Amino acid sequence: MADPMRIRAQAAGDKTTVRVLMAHEMESGQRKDSAGKTIPAWHISEVSASLNGKVVMTAEWGPSVSKNPFLQFTIKGAKAGDKVAVNWTDNKGDKRTDEATVS
Amino acid sequence: MTGSRWVWALACGMAAVPTLALAQKSAADGIAEYRALLADGNPADLFEAKGEGLWKQKRGPKNQSLERCDLGKGPGIVKGAFVELPRWFADTGRVQDLESRLLSCMSTLQGLDTDAIAKTAFGKGEQANMEALAAYVSAESKGLRMNLPQGHLEERRMFELGKRAFFFRGGPMDFSCASCHAEEGKRIRLQDLPNLTKNPGDGIGFAAWPAYRVSSGELWSMQRRLNDCYRQQRFPYPGYASDVTVALGVYMGVNAKGAESVAPAIKR
Repeated sequence: MADPMRIRAQAAGDKTTVRVLMAHEMESGQRKDSAGKTIPAWHISEVSASLNGKVVMTAEWGPSVSKNPFLQFTIKGAKAGDKVAVNWTDNKGDKRTDEATVS
Repeated sequence: MTGSRWVWALACGMAAVPTLALAQKSAADGIAEYRALLADGNPADLFEAKGEGLWKQKRGPKNQSLERCDLGKGPGIVKGAFVELPRWFADTGRVQDLESRLLSCMSTLQGLDTDAIAKTAFGKGEQANMEALAAYVSAESKGLRMNLPQGHLEERRMFELGKRAFFFRGGPMDFSCASCHAEEGKRIRLQDLPNLTKNPGDGIGFAAWPAYRVSSGELWSMQRRLNDCYRQQRFPYPGYASDVTVALGVYMGVNAKGAESVAPAIKR
């Protein structure tokens, strides 16, 4: 499994703001190394977030998302103590899932 | 929205602001706004988490963790240690900064080859671990004020050496640290240059490193920052955690007494 994500989820009334910081190199596939060879694309391709096991958000990412991506979104109807899980898969098939509790 | 889209949106927003003499934001304000936006979700947090793991992990030929490492406040005490470094250590008989002290602990407690680590390029191999450890230790002093000790004779001697090194002109362009960092209100392109001969303020200069540099996607410790300063002056590179780098740390750190540490910070 890849390096862990940092997830923070804060409830304010009906809206919960979730902030995720993912550790990933996110190579676009456009860069060349010092020898002139293209560095192959290696980036997160799918992201999904779930609240207490139910998927609430999915995303498809391409090569334009930068290194160590920061993602922020809001969920409706979550309350303190609920579990928010974020899962990503990259174009090499590596995955990572982390969970946080809504505060 | 993803991180890069926030930046794009801000850039477009800023470009659309009409140029009114009164309402125009200065370049410094614009950069400060951009930094505030980036600060939420500072990737330095990832290095900090990795560093905490490394501190507690049993490693090296001696298969020990760093949890008994004395960073100046007693074995294993990490909180508050960063803002009192560099300082004198009785067991090694010298003044050491954070990275130098980490190397001592990694050698004594874990049996790792610290000469090899000092020769490793920044960001590679064990040096990547050093960055993470520096991020973790500095994070444990976040919000505390710089308070380097000067009670020991050696600490005062290193301050004087650091001052000498700071003002020493050399290299092909006859630069010294003072060429850029000894006057108020100076900048290089859009980067403000702090005056390091005195306290430059909270979260500035010595109190702003280690930091994550967005432009290169790397976490830089003070050792790396000093190394790059030498490169920018076209000086020969200083050795990793060498005396001159520790002395400069003492000089800057003592001058910054009272400044709030924001490390690990975020930079453009």
